[in-house]
Order: sequence, then structure tokens, then C-alpha cells
Amino acid sequence: MRDFIKLEGMDSSDLKALISLAESLSEILSRPIKKVPTLRGRAIANVFFEASTRTRNSFELAGKYMSADVINFQASGSSVEKGETLWDTARNLTAMGIDAVVIRHQVSGIPGLLADLLDVPVINAGDGMHEHPTQGLLDLVAAKARKGRLEGLKVAIVGDVLHSRVARSDLWGFQTMGAEVTLVGPPNLLPAELGVAMTSNLEEGIKGCDVIQVLRLQHERQKGGSIPSVREYRALFGITGPRLAQWAPDACVMHPGPQNRGVEIDSDVLDGPQSAVLDQVRYGVAVRMAVLYRLLGGTHDI
Amino acid sequence: MAKAEILDHDGMRRALMRIAHEIVERNHGASDIVLVGIRSRGVPLAHRIQQNIEAIEHVLVPVQILDIGLYRDDWFQRPFNPVESSKITTAINKRVVVLVDDVLFTGRTIRAAMDALSDYGRPQAIQLAVLVDRGHRELPIRADFVGKNLPTARSEKVAVRLEESDGEDQVVLIKPENDDA
Amino acid sequence: MTSNETVGNTRWHIKNVRILDPFTATDAMGDVFIVDGRFAAGPVQGMTVIEGQGLWAVPRMTDIHVHFREPGQEHKEDLLSGSRAAAAGGFTVVAAMPNTSPVIDSAALVAWERNRAREIGLVELWPMGAVTKGSAGQELAELGLMEEAGAMGFSDDGKPVANARMMRSALSYVSMLGHPIVQHAEDLSLSEGTVMHEGAISHQLGLSGAPAAAESVMVWRDVELSILTSGPLHVAHVTAIGSLEALEYAARRGAPVTAEATPHHLLLTDSAVSDWNSSPISKVNPPLRPTTHRAALRQAVASGLVSVIASDHAPHHMDEKAAPFPQAPYGISGLETSVGAVFTALLHSGLMDPLTLLARMTVGPHRALRAHYPGLVQGAAADLTLIDPHASWIVDSRAFYSQGHNTPMDGMQLKGRAVGTMLRGVWTMREGQVLA
Repeated sequence: MRDFIKLEGMDSSDLKALISLAESLSEILSRPIKKVPTLRGRAIANVFFEASTRTRNSFELAGKYMSADVINFQASGSSVEKGETLWDTARNLTAMGIDAVVIRHQVSGIPGLLADLLDVPVINAGDGMHEHPTQGLLDLVAAKARKGRLEGLKVAIVGDVLHSRVARSDLWGFQTMGAEVTLVGPPNLLPAELGVAMTSNLEEGIKGCDVIQVLRLQHERQKGGSIPSVREYRALFGITGPRLAQWAPDACVMHPGPQNRGVEIDSDVLDGPQSAVLDQVRYGVAVRMAVLYRLLGGTHDI
Repeated sequence: MAKAEILDHDGMRRALMRIAHEIVERNHGASDIVLVGIRSRGVPLAHRIQQNIEAIEHVLVPVQILDIGLYRDDWFQRPFNPVESSKITTAINKRVVVLVDDVLFTGRTIRAAMDALSDYGRPQAIQLAVLVDRGHRELPIRADFVGKNLPTARSEKVAVRLEESDGEDQVVLIKPENDDA
Repeated sequence: MTSNETVGNTRWHIKNVRILDPFTATDAMGDVFIVDGRFAAGPVQGMTVIEGQGLWAVPRMTDIHVHFREPGQEHKEDLLSGSRAAAAGGFTVVAAMPNTSPVIDSAALVAWERNRAREIGLVELWPMGAVTKGSAGQELAELGLMEEAGAMGFSDDGKPVANARMMRSALSYVSMLGHPIVQHAEDLSLSEGTVMHEGAISHQLGLSGAPAAAESVMVWRDVELSILTSGPLHVAHVTAIGSLEALEYAARRGAPVTAEATPHHLLLTDSAVSDWNSSPISKVNPPLRPTTHRAALRQAVASGLVSVIASDHAPHHMDEKAAPFPQAPYGISGLETSVGAVFTALLHSGLMDPLTLLARMTVGPHRALRAHYPGLVQGAAADLTLIDPHASWIVDSRAFYSQGHNTPMDGMQLKGRAVGTMLRGVWTMREGQVLA
């Protein structure tokens, strides 16, 4: 493994190894001194062309917990605004001795193309509507921690799947690990032709589920004509306490954040015993440590 | 390849019992001791020493597990190696930690283990117990408790086999062919 | 081709060649004679003999959809580099789209473009005039005056004539002229913000896709307007099954509607986007479609429902194509791969016979633009292409004569290639070398 771009097409053995590595490394987060010397002397650039707080912080802490030097490059206010192409930005960073590039970009496919261009490992921190593979991986780790397994789990991904990179990474990740995934949402926000089970009936979609991943509803979808109103969306697809109790009392409920409380998910669910959202955040750091260690630890086995 | 048996089952049992006695004697009992086995073969050895100490002192000292993969100083020269988690759940502050490993060779593993331990706390002392000391140290490190001192050539290999992981107890010295050393 | 030819020779004897002339429906082994720019009936003194064994001789290879970018975007292509690309690809006639800067929307610009191409002398260039002034879709351009100056058709290509009332007016108006409206059929409200075909691959790659209906709803509208006005309509680069059904409907109703398909839509599918790792090198409008649409399109070209193959040669600078997908321009540099791609997709697949296939690149385009050419007959202008139908070659876009090296066919193996191009009796390309 040289880069970490997408979960689609990844070998189940590679995925399993990353999951168990992340599980092992999560122990570091509970130590009194949260630092191991593993990536001492390695420099990592977080290159974010799109605003993000959680993912960037998570990558930064993951690097620092492993003793790497981490710099954050924000596109706004940078050379990018002076017309520099992202390819030049990236080449300049590697010329400064950066050992790995973590990139978020609003355009699908950019991290993959960057990986073709650069000699150093490239890690996708989310690209357009394509994938968010570290999020997908952390969702696998969090679900496994709750359910003890991934194989055979019934997983529902609920919401605006069409525009969601998280949904795509989750879909491929859970499928590869032997879970059974159903996409749930309004038909105009579901990716038709993907060959995956889909339903627009929430009850049908989540009944008896082991895992429910609730996606964030982007408010601009209403303006774009995809949903009539936030109120109607909540009425049809909101994950509420009573619905959960009735249809999926054993499900672990996840949300990639940031959450719209009272829209796609209610507070009693989010703060209740079935919620795994804080596990997700916690495992997020471990997963990113695992990916950094997998790509930077050891000589490259290309 | 030529193989020579260095320790058999009984030899190993006696060596580990002797180490247990020495640990108790050196530390005037077993009350403050924490055994820390280094993955992978140091862990079952630590458990055996634990049982031996219990037989001698009627005290069950804790056994903790340490994976030093994240602390190696040569990881960038080696292929990627997955790590397993360490399990250090007992406070080690102000206690005597006895590191347990199968073979002491260059000393680099022990260096890494001491670095790792320091991330968990500040022991009163760290001591080292090994089943075999084969020499060739690259760092100023020595063992406090040694099952068997074994002069070796650098090109030789020492293979430790344990019932828990390998089905039998045996230490073998393997000489490569055409070795003049 | 070996010969004792001399520079300036104007008399040629091509021996033992397979003559494929769709203008006269001829498919026969024979010899071709050229004297002073025209085809001759037999040998005369001083002819240079060329051995044509294994080659095909095809008159008037025509590509009625190219972008030569001059004036205004000469960093992408100009009339010289575009003409060279045409000669290299085996074409003797091209129709150049008017979406230059400024837009070719006046008689003076039409005349200028035509004359400039004649000075270069590598290809016969048919100017296309804009349908509306500045292709802005607001007012009709001076279609009649442009036609007098040599315009062979009218198009706002690059974008559609979106407004139905304007399209109705334009079709009605050209019914009194000789040449058609060439429509880039796209419902912009359906395709806005999209970069590829909407389907399994766009969903997998997370790139926003336009449905095939974004094209076909516009073709249906235009077919209805052609029926309404009796105005001649040529649908550029059709790709969608729904568009083909609209063309069938137009044929049934006897409407004056023709259509073209591009080599890239005939050869490639939307999996090129994933094969190229989401690089915009394969970004083209209309987008590459899945195999179901491609199969229907191939059948439509075979049956003649689509009577024209045209490259939509759209050269761009590689720096522009290196932009992220949404910002990168649409288009594929297609002149130099056209014959190879079409032969690979339609001939060597066994779908079409040579004469029918070559009709789509000769007589089909002439009829679509209401142009006349007698074929490989005595006295006709000697516009001739020698094709090696079995030449297997690997596309190397760096070797293009076009300034545009943008093609997702780069590195592909194609079968079939022009090895000689002659314009009015003068070789413009021999063995891949453009002679000017």
C-alpha cells in the first residue's frame, strides 16, 4: 500500500489489517503520555482546499501522537489564491521535504491524481462526492467495537447518499467486510444504477438493522430543489427516539458529523445509549494513526 | 544448517525457576514487582515466572504486555510490520518493573522497551530477565537475570520455541552452512 | 509507396489500389490517375507511379465538425496547425465551427477564415457561421450574407440554441437558404454543473453526471421544430438512445434532419473516466456514455440513421486540461485518431462493410451540409486519401500535428490509418508526414 485514496476496490485483507492496527493503536489514546516516537523525523502536510475542523484536527493529532511534524496548509489566503495550481503547491511541499500529503479537495478524484504525480504517499481526507476513506474506516472500527463483528451486519445508510463521500466509503467498506448495506433516502438523493439495495421507506430501510449511519442534510438541498423542506425531511427520514425504539432497538447509531440536531437525528438518539458518535471521533484519531503508520512505517513495499 | 539443542524442556523449566528465585531474592520479596513481557515470546515467559514466584512467595505479581513495534529505531529499514496493542493497566510508578524477553542480543529491543515504559510512568527500577543472553551488544545494556549465557557467532541464529506458541519447549542454536566464524 | 517522383510533379498513377468511392458506390480494384489536380481516365506521359497494393483509395474524406480556434485562441490551435492535423488524419475537407473569439458571425469573418485556409492550402475549409450574433442566442446572425460568403452551415456549437422560439425562427429562416442549422443538443438546466454521463460510474467516482435525457429532450424539441418549419436540421454529436429514437421519428415524418456521431463516442465509454483515474482528459460534451448507448449509436451509424461521422476535434492546451475536473474544458483532439478509432469500432468489429462506413465520412457529410462532389470520376477535383485499413498503431498524442494533445485514446492501439492525403492533386501528407 503506497497511498490511501479510496475504500472501493480495497482488498478485504488490507482492510482487516488496517482495522486491527487502528484497534491496537487506540490504546495510545488512553495512556498518560499520548506520544510514541514512531514517526519521529517524518513531516506530514495537511493540505486542505476545503474547510474542515474535525478531520484536520484528527489528522494533526494523529501525526503528533506518533511524533511526526505536521504542518497545515489552508488554500484560502495562500499561493493558491495567487493562481498557483494545486499540482505546483503539492510539488513545492514535497520539495521542502514533506514525507506525506494529506489532502482534502472539493473535486472528486484530485487525491488520486495527486498520488499519480507525487513520489510520497498521498492520503485522501475527503474529495468531492467521491470518498472519505478514513471516515469509512473509522465507521468500520466503531461499528465493530459496538457489535463485535462486521460480517453479516445489516447496515442502513440514511440520508443524502447521492452527494455524500462518507456514504460511498461506508458502502464499499462495509460491503468488503461482509456486511449487508441498504441505502435509505428520498429517491432523488439516492445514486441509482449503483447496484445496491435502496429504499425510500425509512421503516423498511432500518427495521432490524445492526448499524444506522445517519448522514448530514445539507440545507442547500432545499434551495436546489431536492427536498421540499427541512420539516418534511425530518417527518419522512428523521431518526427519532420512538422510531429507533420501534424499528431498530439494537442498532448502533452513527453520524459522521457535524450533526443537525432535530433534523436528520434527534438529540435523544444522539445522546442516548445507542449512539456511537463519540466512539467515531475517538477512533478517528486511531484510524488516522494507523493509516499514517501503514504508509510511513517501514520501507515502501510498492 | 547444523542445529544444536541448548535447552530442553527441563532445562528451560529449571532456568525459569532459578530466575524467579533470583528476582525474589534481589528485591527482598515480590510485593512491588510488575512483570512486563515483551511481545511476542516474552509474554508466556513472564507468565511462567509469575507462576514460579507464586509458588515461592505465594504472591501473584501482575503480568503486563508490551509491544515495542512503535519504538523500534530501525523501522524505516524494515518492511511494514503491524503492531499489537500493549496492555499496561497496572500503574508502574514507583514499582520495580522486570522486563522479560526470550533472547538478549544487540540490546535494541530492550532500549525500545525502556522508552516505551517511560511513556506509561516512572518505575522505581527496571530490571531485565532473559532466557538466553547470546552476546553481541550494540548498546550499554546488560541483563539482571539470565537463564543461559550462550556464546554465539553473529551469523548464528538462536531459536526459542515455547509450548504456548510452538508446541514444545526448546532452545536451538542454528549455524549456517560453510560458516568459518 | 516507392517512386521516382520529383518535386512539383502533378501527374500520378496509383496502381493496384482498392477504390472505395461512396459517391459512385464503387468498390473495385484498379488504378487511379491524377493529372494537374484532377482525376484522369488513364495514364499519360510523365506520371509518377505509386504502388497501392493493400491500400484503399477514398475520395473526399470529410470531417464536418472541427474547432480550429483561430481567431482568438491560437494557444490551443490555429488554422495552420489545425489544417496539418486534418491532412495528417487523412481529411481533405473540414467544416470549422464558429465558436472562436470573436465568433464567426459575419460575412467578413467567414470570407477571412476561408481565404486564410486556402493560403495554407492543406485542407479545404468550410466555414460554419453562427446562428445568433456572438452565439449569444438573442438575435439571428446574418445567415444569408454569410452563406453568400461561403458558410456551409450555421451553428452556435459549444452551446445549444436554447430558446425554442429562436430555434424555430432560425430553422424557418434557413429553409430558404441552402444549408442547415447544426445544433449542439443540450438542455442546459439538466446538465448544469455536471461533468460526465450520469450512471454507475459517475456515482462510483462521485462526479456529478448529466442524464442522457439532457441531450435527447433537446433533440426531440428540435425534431419537432424541423417538422414545424421544414427547416434543415443537422444534429451534432448524437450519443443517446433517446436522441436516436427522435431521429427515427424525424425520418418517419420525412423531416429534413441529419445527424453525426463522433469517433470517441463510437469507440469509448464512460469507463474511460475511471480508467483515467478521474482525470479530465476524457471530459467531453456530450459525455462518453455506457455501452448500452454506444451499442445503439454504432447500430444507428451502421443503419444510416446517423449518416455522418465527424470528430468534434476540440484541441485544448494541456495546462487547461490539467485543471480540476469542473474547471477543465470539454473536448478531445480527434482529427488524427478519427480513421483509426472509427475503423477499430465499426469495421474491424465486423459491424460495417468498408463502403458503407466510408460513406459516413464522405458522401454523408456532403449531403448533410448540402454540398456536391461527383466522386472519383474523370475531371473531378483530385481530393484523395490512401488508407491502410490494417495498419495497427499506438496513439501517441505527443506526435500529433494538432497543438491539442488532449485525448483519452492516448496509448490505445488502433487499427486503420491514413497513409496519404492529396488535396486537388497535391500530396498534403505521405506516410504520416505532413508536407507543409
